[in-house]
Amino acid sequence: MVLSCTDVRKTFGSAVVLDGLSLDVGEHEVVALIGASGSGKSTLLRCVNLLAEIDDGVIRLDGEDITDPRVDPDSVRQKIGLVFQSYNLFPHMTVLDNITLAPVRVHKRAATAAREQAMEWLDRVGLADKAGSYPDKLSGGQQQRVAIVRALVNSPRLLLLDEVTSALDPELVGEVLTMIRDLKGEGMTMVLATHEMGFARQVADRVAFLDQGRVLEQGPPAQVLGDPVEPRTRQFLARIIEAGRL
Amino acid sequence: MTTPLHTVSAVQQDRIAFRRRSAVRSVLLAAFSTAVVGTLLGVLVTGAPGWDRVRQSFFDPRIAVDWLPEILQGLWLNVRMLVFCALAALALGLLIAVLRTLRGPVFFPVRALATLYTYSFRGLPLIIVIYLMAFGIPGLRLQGTPSVTVLGGAAIVITYGAYLAEVFRAGIESVHPSQVAAARSLGLSYRQSMRFVVLPQAVRRVAPPLLNDTVALQKDVGLISLAGPIDAIRAAQIGVAQTANFTPYVVAGVLFVLLALPLIGITDWVTLRAARRQAGGE
Repeated sequence: MVLSCTDVRKTFGSAVVLDGLSLDVGEHEVVALIGASGSGKSTLLRCVNLLAEIDDGVIRLDGEDITDPRVDPDSVRQKIGLVFQSYNLFPHMTVLDNITLAPVRVHKRAATAAREQAMEWLDRVGLADKAGSYPDKLSGGQQQRVAIVRALVNSPRLLLLDEVTSALDPELVGEVLTMIRDLKGEGMTMVLATHEMGFARQVADRVAFLDQGRVLEQGPPAQVLGDPVEPRTRQFLARIIEAGRL
Repeated sequence: MTTPLHTVSAVQQDRIAFRRRSAVRSVLLAAFSTAVVGTLLGVLVTGAPGWDRVRQSFFDPRIAVDWLPEILQGLWLNVRMLVFCALAALALGLLIAVLRTLRGPVFFPVRALATLYTYSFRGLPLIIVIYLMAFGIPGLRLQGTPSVTVLGGAAIVITYGAYLAEVFRAGIESVHPSQVAAARSLGLSYRQSMRFVVLPQAVRRVAPPLLNDTVALQKDVGLISLAGPIDAIRAAQIGVAQTANFTPYVVAGVLFVLLALPLIGITDWVTLRAARRQAGGE
């Protein structure tokens, strides 16, 4: 198991966001988290990346308990990439500097080598001509692809994608999804919170439906999305279909 | 987008003509009102019953020329102090601001001291700090007590450091938490996130108020004359005492304004450049 969450609990004040959630993710596996807003998808990803501290349970990365307070969170985060819904690129840095910041400062790689690697990636995703631009000159889809590259240059063991297409115009969603599909082809282990059911069906090996802070149902996309067992899953999917998103 | 072949419609031509007419009208109006206000002020001041006396005792060109070298010499001390005090106060302010953002129980005393410092020195009048430092510390008769000029400069640094710390802190807090989250998620430590992500954005955002405070600091550097060193104001004061004429003060005042102009220019240039670089890409 690359990632193993056991009985994870997270509260904000009196609100219980994760209520004994358990989820395992194997090597090269892609798991899609679906569920209504507030079901705990984003919170789970933030807890895995140690941006939020859990209140109970255990999260293991490659078998190591990363929720042990004696573990250095910086060293854990170096092994986990996180991509945000709102991109969160650094506005005062060029695209290239955004990408090379962590390789140079955290992983202590030579600046020229980091630049070369960044340019290779930008070339691959068709953004080589944007290397010297500042983020606000890029479209949302371009910014999000840069954000994914920024996470990937650190060669993470696990990539977390938090509703990465939710802030995008519909015609820009495709370019980001193509990139994620390519990553799956290369064997990247990923957990993605998403509202794109069609995409979850195509790219995920497993779909997990989160409800009230737990994994209520999980399995192959065809089963969970096509023939769910739980009534609440059916209810959720019915609303999604109503909204025209499946 | 208009193509070269596009013929402007009658409606649009009418709009253009109207806008041109109103532009000409507003320029004329501005010129007229400026002339009126200027004339009124001129008549009011020069027509005042005491104007001749005032001109003699504040605007005597001969005295101005006589005392200019002395005042300029004093101003050189102000310039040196300004550079030193501004840099030191900026460094101190930044340090205090960063200390105040530290989280965790270990840093409680540091945070508390930094907070106490900003609270007390923003409330304490600079003149009192200068008196306490410049006269109080030598009174201790310690070995190696620095000169009154250095102590007065330290008073300015300590006072302005407190103001600048609050400006820096406002800048740090204006950077959205998602930026820190993004930096930390890449594996950057708290210090690295601060240094490479938060502070560059914070400083850029508060550059205008920071430099504004620096202009204020530049004026207040003149207050060290209270402690004794001969700066521009002290030199002017000596001139006033010897000639029984206030012209030296006016000379010093004009020199201070001239001294402020480059700094104000730099403020605008820095702000504009940062804005343009972020907005215009390469």
